[in-house]
Amino acid sequence: MTPTLVIARLTVQELLRRRLFLVLVALTLVVMALVTWGFARLPTLGDGGRELGRTEVVAVASQLLILVGFMFSFTLAFSAVFAGAPSLSGDVESGTALAILARPISRAEFVLGKWLGIVATILVYALPTTALQLLLVDVVVSYVPPRPLEFVAFVAAEAVVILTLALALSTRLAGMVGGVVALVLWGVGWIGGIVGGVGLAFDNPTVTHVGTATRLILPTDGMWRGAVWALEPAAILETMRQAGRAAAANPFFAPDPPPAPYLAWTAGWVAVVLGAAIWSFSRREI
Amino acid sequence: MIDEPAIRTRDLAKRYDSTVALAGLTMTIPRGAVFGFLGPNGAGKTTAVKLLLGLARPTSGEAEVLGVPIGDRASRRRVGYLPELFRYQPWLTAREVLALHCELAGIDRAAWPREIADALATVGLAERGATRVGTFSKGMQQRLGLGVALLGDPELVLLDEPTSALDPVGRHDVREITRALRDRGVTVFLNSHLLAEVEQVCDRVAIVDRGRVIADGTLEELLRGETVRVRVTDLSADGRAAIARFGDVAEEGGWLTVRGIDAPAVPDLVAALVRAGGRVHAVETAHESLEDRFLRLLGGAS
Repeated sequence: MTPTLVIARLTVQELLRRRLFLVLVALTLVVMALVTWGFARLPTLGDGGRELGRTEVVAVASQLLILVGFMFSFTLAFSAVFAGAPSLSGDVESGTALAILARPISRAEFVLGKWLGIVATILVYALPTTALQLLLVDVVVSYVPPRPLEFVAFVAAEAVVILTLALALSTRLAGMVGGVVALVLWGVGWIGGIVGGVGLAFDNPTVTHVGTATRLILPTDGMWRGAVWALEPAAILETMRQAGRAAAANPFFAPDPPPAPYLAWTAGWVAVVLGAAIWSFSRREI
Repeated sequence: MIDEPAIRTRDLAKRYDSTVALAGLTMTIPRGAVFGFLGPNGAGKTTAVKLLLGLARPTSGEAEVLGVPIGDRASRRRVGYLPELFRYQPWLTAREVLALHCELAGIDRAAWPREIADALATVGLAERGATRVGTFSKGMQQRLGLGVALLGDPELVLLDEPTSALDPVGRHDVREITRALRDRGVTVFLNSHLLAEVEQVCDRVAIVDRGRVIADGTLEELLRGETVRVRVTDLSADGRAAIARFGDVAEEGGWLTVRGIDAPAVPDLVAALVRAGGRVHAVETAHESLEDRFLRLLGGAS
Protein backbone atom coordinates (compact mmCIF):
# COMPACT_ATOMS: atom_id res chain seq x y z
CA MET A 1 0.00 0.00 0.00
CA THR A 2 1.34 3.45 -0.81
CA PRO A 3 2.07 5.78 2.13
CA THR A 4 -0.92 7.94 1.11
CA LEU A 5 -3.30 5.01 1.40
CA VAL A 6 -1.71 3.89 4.67
CA ILE A 7 -2.40 7.34 6.16
CA ALA A 8 -5.92 7.35 4.67
CA ARG A 9 -6.65 3.99 6.27
CA LEU A 10 -5.20 5.18 9.57
CA THR A 11 -7.40 8.29 9.43
CA VAL A 12 -10.56 6.26 8.77
CA GLN A 13 -9.58 3.94 11.61
CA GLU A 14 -9.09 6.92 13.93
CA LEU A 15 -12.43 8.50 13.07
CA LEU A 16 -14.33 5.23 13.37
CA ARG A 17 -12.71 4.24 16.65
CA ARG A 18 -13.21 7.59 18.30
CA ARG A 19 -16.49 8.32 20.03
CA LEU A 20 -17.40 11.24 17.75
CA PHE A 21 -18.43 8.93 14.94
CA LEU A 22 -20.44 6.58 17.17
CA VAL A 23 -22.22 9.50 18.83
CA LEU A 24 -22.95 11.02 15.42
CA VAL A 25 -24.41 7.75 14.09
CA ALA A 26 -26.47 7.18 17.25
CA LEU A 27 -27.89 10.73 17.22
CA THR A 28 -28.58 10.48 13.49
CA LEU A 29 -30.60 7.31 14.05
CA VAL A 30 -32.63 9.03 16.79
CA VAL A 31 -33.28 12.06 14.57
CA MET A 32 -34.21 9.81 11.66
CA ALA A 33 -36.72 7.96 13.84
CA LEU A 34 -38.30 11.29 14.89
CA VAL A 35 -38.36 12.59 11.32
CA THR A 36 -39.96 9.40 10.06
CA TRP A 37 -42.59 9.57 12.81
CA GLY A 38 -43.31 13.17 11.81
CA PHE A 39 -43.67 12.25 8.14
CA ALA A 40 -45.97 9.36 9.05
CA ARG A 41 -48.26 11.85 10.84
CA LEU A 42 -48.39 14.17 7.78
CA PRO A 43 -51.55 12.85 6.06
CA THR A 44 -53.58 13.32 9.28
CA LEU A 45 -52.66 16.97 9.78
CA GLY A 46 -55.55 18.56 7.85
CA ASP A 47 -58.04 20.97 9.50
CA GLY A 48 -60.37 19.14 11.91
CA GLY A 49 -58.65 15.82 11.36
CA ARG A 50 -59.32 15.87 7.61
CA GLU A 51 -57.00 13.57 5.63
CA LEU A 52 -54.72 15.56 3.34
CA GLY A 53 -54.97 14.88 -0.37
CA ARG A 54 -52.09 13.35 -2.31
CA THR A 55 -51.00 16.70 -3.84
CA GLU A 56 -50.94 18.38 -0.46
CA VAL A 57 -48.93 15.53 1.08
CA VAL A 58 -46.36 15.70 -1.70
CA ALA A 59 -46.13 19.50 -1.45
CA VAL A 60 -45.62 19.47 2.31
CA ALA A 61 -43.38 16.36 2.30
CA SER A 62 -41.10 17.81 -0.35
CA GLN A 63 -40.61 21.10 1.51
CA LEU A 64 -40.22 19.34 4.85
CA LEU A 65 -37.63 17.06 3.31
CA ILE A 66 -35.66 20.11 2.16
CA LEU A 67 -35.56 21.35 5.76
CA VAL A 68 -34.49 17.89 6.93
CA GLY A 69 -31.91 17.92 4.15
CA PHE A 70 -30.63 21.26 5.43
CA MET A 71 -30.27 19.87 8.94
CA PHE A 72 -28.46 16.93 7.43
CA SER A 73 -26.08 19.05 5.34
CA PHE A 74 -25.46 21.25 8.37
CA THR A 75 -24.57 18.22 10.53
CA LEU A 76 -22.36 16.84 7.79
CA ALA A 77 -20.56 20.16 7.29
CA PHE A 78 -19.99 20.51 11.04
CA SER A 79 -18.74 16.94 11.33
CA ALA A 80 -16.40 17.50 8.38
CA VAL A 81 -14.99 20.57 10.13
CA PHE A 82 -14.63 18.70 13.42
CA ALA A 83 -12.80 15.91 11.62
CA GLY A 84 -10.65 18.19 9.45
CA ALA A 85 -9.70 21.12 11.68
CA PRO A 86 -7.70 19.18 14.29
CA SER A 87 -6.37 16.46 11.98
CA LEU A 88 -2.94 17.91 11.11
CA SER A 89 -2.52 20.39 13.96
CA GLY A 90 -3.56 17.76 16.51
CA ASP A 91 -0.98 15.27 15.26
CA VAL A 92 1.73 17.92 15.37
CA GLU A 93 0.76 19.19 18.83
CA SER A 94 0.43 15.74 20.39
CA GLY A 95 3.66 14.50 18.83
CA THR A 96 2.18 11.55 16.92
CA ALA A 97 3.31 13.23 13.68
CA LEU A 98 6.98 13.04 14.74
CA ALA A 99 7.35 9.28 14.49
CA ILE A 100 5.25 9.05 11.31
CA LEU A 101 6.97 11.85 9.38
CA ALA A 102 10.40 10.49 10.31
CA ARG A 103 9.54 7.56 8.03
CA PRO A 104 10.17 7.75 4.27
CA ILE A 105 6.90 9.54 3.58
CA SER A 106 6.48 13.00 2.06
CA ARG A 107 4.38 15.74 3.61
CA ALA A 108 2.21 15.73 0.47
CA GLU A 109 1.45 12.03 0.95
CA PHE A 110 0.60 12.67 4.59
CA VAL A 111 -1.81 15.54 3.84
CA LEU A 112 -3.41 13.71 0.89
CA GLY A 113 -3.84 10.58 3.02
CA LYS A 114 -5.57 12.58 5.75
CA TRP A 115 -7.87 14.22 3.21
CA LEU A 116 -8.75 10.94 1.52
CA GLY A 117 -9.42 9.28 4.86
CA ILE A 118 -11.81 11.99 6.03
CA VAL A 119 -13.56 12.11 2.65
CA ALA A 120 -14.02 8.34 2.81
CA THR A 121 -15.44 8.59 6.33
CA ILE A 122 -17.85 11.34 5.25
CA LEU A 123 -19.10 9.09 2.46
CA VAL A 124 -19.34 6.10 4.81
CA TYR A 125 -21.58 8.22 7.04
CA ALA A 126 -23.51 10.20 4.43
CA LEU A 127 -24.44 7.56 1.86
CA PRO A 128 -26.19 4.97 4.08
CA THR A 129 -27.87 7.51 6.37
CA THR A 130 -29.27 9.57 3.47
CA ALA A 131 -30.41 6.47 1.62
CA LEU A 132 -32.09 5.14 4.76
CA GLN A 133 -33.86 8.43 5.50
CA LEU A 134 -35.19 8.74 1.95
CA LEU A 135 -36.29 5.11 2.07
CA LEU A 136 -38.13 5.62 5.37
CA VAL A 137 -39.95 8.68 4.03
CA ASP A 138 -40.89 6.67 0.95
CA VAL A 139 -42.25 3.88 3.14
CA VAL A 140 -44.45 6.12 5.33
CA VAL A 141 -45.75 8.69 2.80
CA SER A 142 -44.81 7.09 -0.54
CA TYR A 143 -42.77 10.12 -1.55
CA VAL A 144 -39.38 9.98 -3.25
CA PRO A 145 -37.68 13.27 -4.18
CA PRO A 146 -36.97 13.61 -7.90
CA ARG A 147 -33.16 13.35 -7.79
CA PRO A 148 -32.01 11.48 -4.66
CA LEU A 149 -28.55 10.63 -6.04
CA GLU A 150 -27.82 14.22 -6.98
CA PHE A 151 -28.97 15.30 -3.53
CA VAL A 152 -26.45 13.00 -1.83
CA ALA A 153 -23.71 14.06 -4.26
CA PHE A 154 -24.28 17.79 -3.62
CA VAL A 155 -24.49 17.39 0.17
CA ALA A 156 -21.30 15.29 0.16
CA ALA A 157 -19.61 17.83 -2.13
CA GLU A 158 -20.50 20.61 0.32
CA ALA A 159 -18.91 18.58 3.12
CA VAL A 160 -15.78 17.95 1.01
CA VAL A 161 -15.44 21.67 0.28
CA ILE A 162 -15.64 22.70 3.94
CA LEU A 163 -13.43 19.76 4.98
CA THR A 164 -10.73 20.83 2.52
CA LEU A 165 -10.82 24.35 3.93
CA ALA A 166 -10.65 23.05 7.53
CA LEU A 167 -7.71 20.78 6.62
CA ALA A 168 -5.84 23.66 4.99
CA LEU A 169 -6.39 25.81 8.09
CA SER A 170 -5.21 22.90 10.23
CA THR A 171 -1.75 23.06 8.64
CA ARG A 172 -1.10 26.27 10.60
CA LEU A 173 -3.87 26.87 13.15
CA ALA A 174 -4.74 24.95 16.30
CA GLY A 175 -7.78 22.67 15.89
CA MET A 176 -10.17 24.90 17.81
CA VAL A 177 -9.14 28.08 15.97
CA GLY A 178 -9.24 26.48 12.52
CA GLY A 179 -12.61 24.88 13.31
CA VAL A 180 -14.17 28.17 14.38
CA VAL A 181 -12.76 29.97 11.33
CA ALA A 182 -14.10 27.28 8.96
CA LEU A 183 -17.56 27.33 10.56
CA VAL A 184 -17.78 31.12 10.50
CA LEU A 185 -16.80 31.10 6.82
CA TRP A 186 -19.40 28.41 6.16
CA GLY A 187 -22.02 30.67 7.82
CA VAL A 188 -20.80 33.68 5.85
CA GLY A 189 -21.09 31.63 2.65
CA TRP A 190 -24.68 30.72 3.49
CA ILE A 191 -25.68 34.29 4.34
CA GLY A 192 -23.78 35.49 1.27
CA GLY A 193 -25.99 33.21 -0.84
CA ILE A 194 -29.11 34.72 0.73
CA VAL A 195 -27.76 38.26 0.23
CA GLY A 196 -27.14 37.46 -3.42
CA GLY A 197 -30.72 36.16 -3.69
CA VAL A 198 -32.08 39.33 -2.11
CA GLY A 199 -30.07 41.34 -4.62
CA LEU A 200 -31.61 39.29 -7.43
CA ALA A 201 -35.12 39.74 -6.00
CA PHE A 202 -34.73 43.52 -5.83
CA ASP A 203 -32.76 43.68 -9.06
CA ASN A 204 -29.74 45.21 -7.33
CA PRO A 205 -26.55 44.19 -9.20
CA THR A 206 -24.13 45.23 -6.43
CA VAL A 207 -25.85 43.09 -3.81
CA THR A 208 -26.20 40.25 -6.32
CA HIS A 209 -22.45 40.38 -6.97
CA VAL A 210 -21.78 40.02 -3.24
CA GLY A 211 -23.67 36.73 -3.33
CA THR A 212 -21.87 35.59 -6.47
CA ALA A 213 -18.51 36.49 -4.96
CA THR A 214 -19.13 34.53 -1.74
CA ARG A 215 -20.25 31.51 -3.77
CA LEU A 216 -17.02 31.65 -5.73
CA ILE A 217 -14.79 32.23 -2.71
CA LEU A 218 -16.38 29.39 -0.73
CA PRO A 219 -18.58 27.08 -2.83
CA THR A 220 -20.47 25.51 0.11
CA ASP A 221 -23.70 27.47 -0.44
CA GLY A 222 -23.51 26.75 -4.17
CA MET A 223 -23.44 23.03 -3.40
CA TRP A 224 -26.31 23.42 -0.93
CA ARG A 225 -28.41 25.09 -3.65
CA GLY A 226 -27.68 22.07 -5.83
CA ALA A 227 -28.95 19.80 -3.04
CA VAL A 228 -32.13 21.87 -2.69
CA TRP A 229 -32.75 21.76 -6.42
CA ALA A 230 -32.37 17.96 -6.35
CA LEU A 231 -35.16 17.74 -3.75
CA GLU A 232 -37.69 20.09 -5.42
CA PRO A 233 -40.54 18.30 -7.19
CA ALA A 234 -41.32 19.51 -10.71
CA ALA A 235 -44.69 21.02 -9.68
CA ILE A 236 -43.10 23.23 -7.05
CA LEU A 237 -40.29 24.26 -9.40
CA GLU A 238 -42.93 25.35 -11.89
CA THR A 239 -44.94 27.34 -9.34
CA MET A 240 -41.89 29.03 -7.92
CA ARG A 241 -40.52 29.88 -11.34
CA GLN A 242 -43.74 31.74 -11.98
CA ALA A 243 -43.09 33.72 -8.81
CA GLY A 244 -40.09 35.02 -10.72
CA ARG A 245 -37.12 36.68 -9.09
CA ALA A 246 -38.84 37.03 -5.69
CA ALA A 247 -38.19 33.35 -4.97
CA ALA A 248 -34.46 33.78 -5.36
CA ALA A 249 -34.04 35.16 -1.84
CA ASN A 250 -35.34 31.94 -0.25
CA PRO A 251 -32.34 29.92 0.96
CA PHE A 252 -34.41 26.74 0.80
CA PHE A 253 -35.28 27.07 -2.85
CA ALA A 254 -33.26 26.70 -6.04
CA PRO A 255 -34.92 26.77 -9.46
CA ASP A 256 -31.94 25.36 -11.37
CA PRO A 257 -28.99 23.09 -10.76
CA PRO A 258 -25.57 24.76 -10.46
CA PRO A 259 -24.23 25.24 -14.01
CA ALA A 260 -21.45 22.97 -15.25
CA PRO A 261 -18.78 25.74 -15.16
CA TYR A 262 -19.63 26.29 -11.50
CA LEU A 263 -19.20 22.56 -10.78
CA ALA A 264 -15.83 22.71 -12.54
CA TRP A 265 -14.95 25.80 -10.49
CA THR A 266 -15.83 23.92 -7.29
CA ALA A 267 -13.68 20.93 -8.27
CA GLY A 268 -10.83 23.30 -9.12
CA TRP A 269 -11.34 25.14 -5.82
CA VAL A 270 -10.96 21.87 -3.87
CA ALA A 271 -7.82 20.99 -5.84
CA VAL A 272 -6.25 24.42 -5.30
CA VAL A 273 -7.05 24.59 -1.58
CA LEU A 274 -5.77 21.04 -1.11
CA GLY A 275 -2.60 22.05 -2.98
CA ALA A 276 -2.26 25.05 -0.69
CA ALA A 277 -2.65 22.76 2.32
CA ILE A 278 0.16 20.53 1.03
CA TRP A 279 2.37 23.54 0.32
CA SER A 280 1.71 25.00 3.76
CA PHE A 281 2.27 21.73 5.63
CA SER A 282 5.45 20.98 3.67
CA ARG A 283 6.91 24.17 5.11
CA ARG A 284 5.71 23.54 8.63
CA GLU A 285 8.30 22.72 11.25
CA ILE A 286 7.25 19.67 13.22
CA MET B 1 27.61 3.88 0.02
CA ILE B 2 28.64 1.79 3.01
CA ASP B 3 31.81 3.87 3.34
CA GLU B 4 29.74 6.99 3.91
CA PRO B 5 29.62 8.07 7.54
CA ALA B 6 26.31 7.57 9.30
CA ILE B 7 25.91 11.30 9.80
CA ARG B 8 27.85 14.22 8.39
CA THR B 9 26.93 17.84 8.99
CA ARG B 10 28.56 21.05 7.81
CA ASP B 11 27.73 24.33 9.53
CA LEU B 12 24.22 23.11 10.15
CA ALA B 13 22.34 25.97 11.76
CA LYS B 14 18.81 26.71 12.84
CA ARG B 15 17.37 30.00 13.99
CA TYR B 16 13.81 30.62 15.15
CA ASP B 17 13.33 34.38 14.68
CA SER B 18 16.01 35.82 16.94
CA THR B 19 16.67 32.60 18.89
CA VAL B 20 19.62 30.52 17.79
CA ALA B 21 18.66 26.87 18.32
CA LEU B 22 21.72 25.45 16.63
CA ALA B 23 24.75 27.48 15.59
CA GLY B 24 26.83 25.86 12.89
CA LEU B 25 27.07 22.20 13.82
CA THR B 26 29.89 20.43 12.00
CA MET B 27 30.47 16.79 12.84
CA THR B 28 31.03 13.38 11.34
CA ILE B 29 29.74 10.26 13.03
CA PRO B 30 31.25 7.06 11.67
CA ARG B 31 29.13 4.00 11.12
CA GLY B 32 28.84 1.64 14.03
CA ALA B 33 29.53 4.25 16.70
CA VAL B 34 27.37 4.90 19.72
CA PHE B 35 27.40 8.67 19.73
CA GLY B 36 26.32 10.69 22.74
CA PHE B 37 24.99 14.17 22.08
CA LEU B 38 25.12 15.82 25.46
CA GLY B 39 23.92 19.13 26.67
CA PRO B 40 21.71 20.94 29.14
CA ASN B 41 18.04 21.52 28.42
CA GLY B 42 17.58 23.92 25.53
CA ALA B 43 21.09 23.37 24.17
CA GLY B 44 19.83 22.43 20.69
CA LYS B 45 19.96 18.64 20.91
CA THR B 46 16.39 17.97 19.79
CA THR B 47 16.68 20.62 17.08
CA ALA B 48 19.71 18.79 15.68
CA VAL B 49 17.79 15.50 15.52
CA LYS B 50 14.77 17.13 13.89
CA LEU B 51 17.00 18.70 11.25
CA LEU B 52 18.62 15.34 10.54
CA LEU B 53 15.17 13.76 10.04
CA GLY B 54 13.77 16.56 7.88
CA LEU B 55 11.17 17.41 10.52
CA ALA B 56 12.56 20.94 10.63
CA ARG B 57 14.48 22.77 7.93
CA PRO B 58 17.94 24.21 8.51
CA THR B 59 18.42 27.97 8.24
CA SER B 60 21.82 27.29 6.70
CA GLY B 61 24.37 24.55 6.31
CA GLU B 62 23.96 21.02 5.01
CA ALA B 63 23.97 17.46 6.22
CA GLU B 64 23.78 13.90 5.00
CA VAL B 65 22.28 10.93 6.78
CA LEU B 66 23.59 7.55 5.54
CA GLY B 67 25.05 9.39 2.56
CA VAL B 68 21.78 11.01 1.48
CA PRO B 69 21.08 14.75 1.91
CA ILE B 70 18.64 15.50 4.73
CA GLY B 71 15.12 16.33 3.65
CA ASP B 72 15.30 13.64 0.94
CA ARG B 73 12.93 10.84 1.90
CA ALA B 74 15.58 8.24 1.03
CA SER B 75 17.65 9.55 3.95
CA ARG B 76 14.96 8.22 6.30
CA ARG B 77 14.68 4.78 4.74
CA ARG B 78 17.01 2.94 7.12
CA VAL B 79 16.59 5.12 10.17
CA GLY B 80 14.81 4.40 13.45
CA TYR B 81 13.71 7.29 15.65
CA LEU B 82 12.43 7.62 19.19
CA PRO B 83 11.23 11.23 19.62
CA GLU B 84 11.64 13.12 22.86
CA LEU B 85 7.90 13.73 22.67
CA PHE B 86 6.90 10.10 22.24
CA ARG B 87 3.22 9.76 21.44
CA TYR B 88 1.64 6.98 19.45
CA GLN B 89 -1.93 6.64 18.20
CA PRO B 90 -3.89 5.99 21.43
CA TRP B 91 -6.71 4.24 19.56
CA LEU B 92 -4.36 1.56 18.17
CA THR B 93 -2.96 -1.44 20.00
CA ALA B 94 0.80 -1.70 20.47
CA ARG B 95 0.94 -4.36 17.76
CA GLU B 96 -1.04 -2.16 15.35
CA VAL B 97 1.34 0.76 15.95
CA LEU B 98 4.29 -1.49 15.13
CA ALA B 99 2.51 -2.85 12.04
CA LEU B 100 1.81 0.72 10.90
CA HIS B 101 5.51 1.55 11.15
CA CYS B 102 6.50 -1.70 9.43
CA GLU B 103 4.30 -0.62 6.53
CA LEU B 104 5.57 2.98 6.43
CA ALA B 105 9.16 1.75 6.65
CA GLY B 106 8.53 -0.47 3.63
CA ILE B 107 9.31 -3.72 5.43
CA ASP B 108 8.31 -6.85 3.54
CA ARG B 109 4.89 -7.92 4.84
CA ALA B 110 6.04 -11.52 5.39
CA ALA B 111 8.57 -10.25 7.93
CA TRP B 112 6.08 -8.22 9.96
CA PRO B 113 5.05 -10.88 12.50
CA ARG B 114 8.67 -11.61 13.39
CA GLU B 115 9.66 -7.91 13.41
CA ILE B 116 6.71 -7.03 15.67
CA ALA B 117 7.25 -9.97 18.04
CA ASP B 118 10.98 -9.17 18.28
CA ALA B 119 10.37 -5.49 18.95
CA LEU B 120 7.76 -6.21 21.64
CA ALA B 121 10.03 -8.77 23.33
CA THR B 122 13.11 -6.52 23.17
CA VAL B 123 11.38 -3.62 24.90
CA GLY B 124 9.56 -5.81 27.43
CA LEU B 125 6.03 -5.42 26.06
CA ALA B 126 5.54 -8.99 24.81
CA GLU B 127 2.45 -9.41 26.99
CA ARG B 128 0.93 -6.07 26.02
CA GLY B 129 0.82 -6.32 22.23
CA ALA B 130 -2.99 -6.40 22.12
CA THR B 131 -3.45 -3.51 24.56
CA ARG B 132 -4.52 -0.10 23.32
CA VAL B 133 -1.74 2.45 23.55
CA GLY B 134 -4.12 4.94 25.16
CA THR B 135 -4.07 2.86 28.35
CA PHE B 136 -0.24 2.72 28.48
CA SER B 137 1.77 4.51 31.15
CA LYS B 138 4.37 7.01 29.95
CA GLY B 139 7.12 4.48 30.53
CA MET B 140 5.30 1.86 28.45
CA GLN B 141 4.75 4.39 25.66
CA GLN B 142 8.46 5.16 25.67
CA ARG B 143 9.24 1.45 25.52
CA LEU B 144 6.85 1.14 22.59
CA GLY B 145 8.58 4.07 20.90
CA LEU B 146 11.89 2.33 21.33
CA GLY B 147 10.37 -0.79 19.75
CA VAL B 148 9.16 1.33 16.81
CA ALA B 149 12.70 2.71 16.37
CA LEU B 150 14.16 -0.81 16.23
CA LEU B 151 11.90 -2.12 13.42
CA GLY B 152 13.37 -3.30 10.16
CA ASP B 153 17.10 -3.53 10.91
CA PRO B 154 17.83 0.19 10.78
CA GLU B 155 21.38 1.31 10.01
CA LEU B 156 21.00 4.36 12.22
CA VAL B 157 18.90 4.76 15.36
CA LEU B 158 18.26 8.23 16.78
CA LEU B 159 17.17 8.17 20.41
CA ASP B 160 16.10 11.51 21.87
CA GLU B 161 16.21 11.34 25.68
CA PRO B 162 15.26 7.65 25.53
CA THR B 163 15.00 7.09 29.28
CA SER B 164 13.15 10.24 30.34
CA ALA B 165 10.07 8.28 31.45
CA LEU B 166 11.75 5.05 32.48
CA ASP B 167 12.43 3.57 35.90
CA PRO B 168 15.90 2.15 36.77
CA VAL B 169 14.99 -1.21 35.20
CA GLY B 170 13.92 0.55 32.02
CA ARG B 171 17.15 2.56 31.95
CA HIS B 172 19.13 -0.62 32.30
CA ASP B 173 17.13 -2.16 29.44
CA VAL B 174 17.89 0.83 27.21
CA ARG B 175 21.62 0.44 27.90
CA GLU B 176 21.41 -3.25 27.01
CA ILE B 177 19.48 -2.49 23.82
CA THR B 178 22.02 0.17 22.86
CA ARG B 179 24.91 -2.25 23.39
CA ALA B 180 23.12 -4.92 21.36
CA LEU B 181 22.67 -2.42 18.52
CA ARG B 182 26.37 -1.57 18.64
CA ASP B 183 27.24 -5.26 18.52
CA ARG B 184 25.18 -5.51 15.32
CA GLY B 185 27.07 -2.58 13.82
CA VAL B 186 24.12 -0.17 14.05
CA THR B 187 25.01 3.48 14.58
CA VAL B 188 23.25 4.97 17.59
CA PHE B 189 22.79 8.71 18.06
CA LEU B 190 21.85 9.24 21.69
CA ASN B 191 20.56 12.61 22.83
CA SER B 192 20.72 12.99 26.55
CA HIS B 193 21.34 15.26 29.47
CA LEU B 194 21.88 12.21 31.69
CA LEU B 195 25.65 11.98 31.82
CA ALA B 196 25.94 8.66 33.57
CA GLU B 197 23.81 7.09 30.86
CA VAL B 198 26.03 8.45 28.12
CA GLU B 199 29.21 7.57 29.94
CA GLN B 200 28.14 3.94 30.22
CA VAL B 201 27.28 3.27 26.60
CA CYS B 202 28.81 5.86 24.28
CA ASP B 203 32.08 5.58 22.35
CA ARG B 204 32.06 9.17 21.22
CA VAL B 205 30.56 12.27 22.73
CA ALA B 206 29.85 15.82 21.70
CA ILE B 207 28.91 18.35 24.32
CA VAL B 208 26.62 21.06 23.08
CA ASP B 209 25.59 24.24 24.81
CA ARG B 210 23.49 27.12 23.50
CA GLY B 211 23.54 25.73 19.99
CA ARG B 212 27.31 25.16 19.83
CA VAL B 213 29.50 22.11 20.24
CA ILE B 214 31.92 23.02 23.01
CA ALA B 215 33.81 19.72 23.15
CA ASP B 216 33.82 16.45 21.26
CA GLY B 217 35.81 13.30 20.88
CA THR B 218 36.03 9.83 22.33
CA LEU B 219 35.34 9.47 26.02
CA GLU B 220 39.07 8.80 26.61
CA GLU B 221 39.98 12.01 24.85
CA LEU B 222 37.42 14.02 26.76
CA LEU B 223 38.20 12.55 30.15
CA ARG B 224 41.97 12.53 29.81
CA GLY B 225 43.65 13.69 32.99
CA GLU B 226 43.02 13.16 36.66
CA THR B 227 41.52 15.22 39.35
CA VAL B 228 43.72 15.64 42.42
CA ARG B 229 42.53 16.97 45.74
CA VAL B 230 45.23 18.12 48.14
CA ARG B 231 44.74 19.29 51.72
CA VAL B 232 47.44 21.86 52.19
CA THR B 233 48.10 24.64 54.70
CA ASP B 234 50.59 27.55 54.91
CA LEU B 235 50.68 27.90 51.14
CA SER B 236 51.79 31.33 49.95
CA ALA B 237 50.10 33.21 47.12
CA ASP B 238 53.22 32.69 45.01
CA GLY B 239 53.05 28.98 45.69
CA ARG B 240 49.46 28.90 44.55
CA ALA B 241 50.41 30.68 41.34
CA ALA B 242 53.25 28.20 40.80
CA ILE B 243 50.93 25.20 40.56
CA ALA B 244 48.58 26.73 37.98
CA ARG B 245 50.63 25.02 35.24
CA PHE B 246 49.43 21.58 36.44
CA GLY B 247 45.76 22.18 35.59
CA ASP B 248 42.64 24.05 36.63
CA VAL B 249 43.06 24.95 40.30
CA ALA B 250 40.23 25.61 42.72
CA GLU B 251 40.36 26.09 46.46
CA GLU B 252 37.69 25.26 48.95
CA GLY B 253 37.85 24.74 52.73
CA GLY B 254 41.57 24.05 52.93
CA TRP B 255 41.46 21.68 49.93
CA LEU B 256 42.99 22.48 46.59
CA THR B 257 41.41 20.76 43.62
CA VAL B 258 43.52 20.43 40.47
CA ARG B 259 41.61 19.14 37.44
CA GLY B 260 42.99 17.84 34.19
CA ILE B 261 46.41 16.93 35.55
CA ASP B 262 48.37 14.10 33.92
CA ALA B 263 48.74 11.17 36.33
CA PRO B 264 52.61 11.06 36.25
CA ALA B 265 52.71 14.73 37.24
CA VAL B 266 51.01 14.23 40.60
CA PRO B 267 54.31 13.79 42.60
CA ASP B 268 55.66 16.90 40.86
CA LEU B 269 52.60 18.83 42.00
CA VAL B 270 53.14 17.72 45.60
CA ALA B 271 56.85 18.63 45.37
CA ALA B 272 55.97 22.06 44.00
CA LEU B 273 53.55 22.63 46.87
CA VAL B 274 56.21 21.67 49.45
CA ARG B 275 58.81 23.85 47.76
CA ALA B 276 56.42 26.78 48.04
CA GLY B 277 56.26 26.28 51.81
CA GLY B 278 52.98 24.37 51.84
CA ARG B 279 52.37 21.64 54.44
CA VAL B 280 50.66 18.73 52.67
CA HIS B 281 48.27 16.71 54.86
CA ALA B 282 46.46 14.55 52.30
CA VAL B 283 46.44 13.79 48.56
CA GLU B 284 43.51 12.13 46.79
CA THR B 285 43.43 11.35 43.10
CA ALA B 286 40.35 10.44 41.07
CA HIS B 287 39.39 10.02 37.44
CA GLU B 288 37.40 12.98 36.29
CA SER B 289 33.83 11.90 35.67
CA LEU B 290 31.96 13.03 32.59
CA GLU B 291 29.76 15.06 34.91
CA ASP B 292 32.77 16.98 36.28
CA ARG B 293 34.05 17.57 32.78
CA PHE B 294 30.61 18.61 31.59
CA LEU B 295 30.06 21.07 34.42
CA ARG B 296 33.55 22.45 33.98
CA LEU B 297 32.94 22.97 30.27
CA LEU B 298 29.58 24.61 30.81
CA GLY B 299 31.04 26.73 33.60
CA GLY B 300 33.84 27.80 31.30
CA ALA B 301 31.41 28.59 28.53
CA SER B 302 29.30 30.92 30.61
